[in-house]
Amino acid sequence: MGVLERFRITRFALWIHRVFGKRHARIGIYGPPNVGKTTLANRMLMDWAGETIGTVSEIPHETRRAKWKSNVKIENGSSSLVIDIVDTPGIATKVDYKEFIEQYGLDPDEAKRRAKEATEGVIEAIRWLESIDGVVLVMDSTENPFTQVNVTILGNLEARNLPVIIAANKIDLEKSSPATLKSAFPQHPVVPISALTGYNLDNLYTTMVKHFGKRRRKRK
Amino acid sequence: MKKEKGVSVTLISRKKLESFSTDEKIDYIIKEVSKGKILVLENGLTPVEQSALIQQTMAKIDHDTFIGIEMEGYADVENDGNMLRKILNKIFGVIKKPRMTVIGPANLLKTVYKDNNVIQTMIITGKGAK
Repeated sequence: MGVLERFRITRFALWIHRVFGKRHARIGIYGPPNVGKTTLANRMLMDWAGETIGTVSEIPHETRRAKWKSNVKIENGSSSLVIDIVDTPGIATKVDYKEFIEQYGLDPDEAKRRAKEATEGVIEAIRWLESIDGVVLVMDSTENPFTQVNVTILGNLEARNLPVIIAANKIDLEKSSPATLKSAFPQHPVVPISALTGYNLDNLYTTMVKHFGKRRRKRK
Repeated sequence: MKKEKGVSVTLISRKKLESFSTDEKIDYIIKEVSKGKILVLENGLTPVEQSALIQQTMAKIDHDTFIGIEMEGYADVENDGNMLRKILNKIFGVIKKPRMTVIGPANLLKTVYKDNNVIQTMIITGKGAK
């Protein structure tokens, strides 16, 4: 294990301990469809467990069931802790099977099946909010952030007093504008990342430590 | 009287919304929107109500008749990053109130633009509409 990797794991272990004050926490990765949730989940799991959690696709609603990796052991010097990482289906207010046919060339039966499973996935993702301890909310930094889905997810997290960090993903793309996300949601930490290339993931972990450590001190 | 063709837009007052329980409110919205009506709520839904509405919408989606909803509302005033407002809210315990929201069937109502102060939508009639 490299020095950087060991540092990253130790810092994350400290964050978990500061935020949740317990040795087992469930972290949900949330966001609208096609923002890179599973790509990020795969990156995080590769960092901490050396494996991936799901397949990725340019077709929306590729993840239609919540997937989680339980008991990911994070070593912290002589002690250790265990976390669950939950990769949730994208949350949407509409699912039109015709889009899968017209934009992505799926056959009608497959498109209808995908749409049906996608609706069930949205319900499941919202239900999971009851069972998680913290959230990494993934947004596409090339898109307008003021969508109702983003607002609804954030509102729910605030209502439940769940700690949240916004990962402004896809900054490897030319038209990305993480500054727009920062100005849209000034009340939350926003970290520009590229889950695809792994760019700035270290900064995401560092921000987690700073932000959640501060929140916990405030609560005392 | 001859029935006019067109899209119905209904403005719902805060008073009427407050007379509903959460379940009644969501049932009412789903029922009206699935009939092809567009609703403008003077007082929007709380985040928890919004997520319940999304869940019920997903359960009601029918491939050929109802593909879901378009819903846009202003973000909560308290969440605009204004520190003075946050402090005052903490001191005086201001209760978060949901703000004006437009909800319609996704095949009829499209969001054109949205930021913290402006919501611009378009009603699609003819092709694409029911």
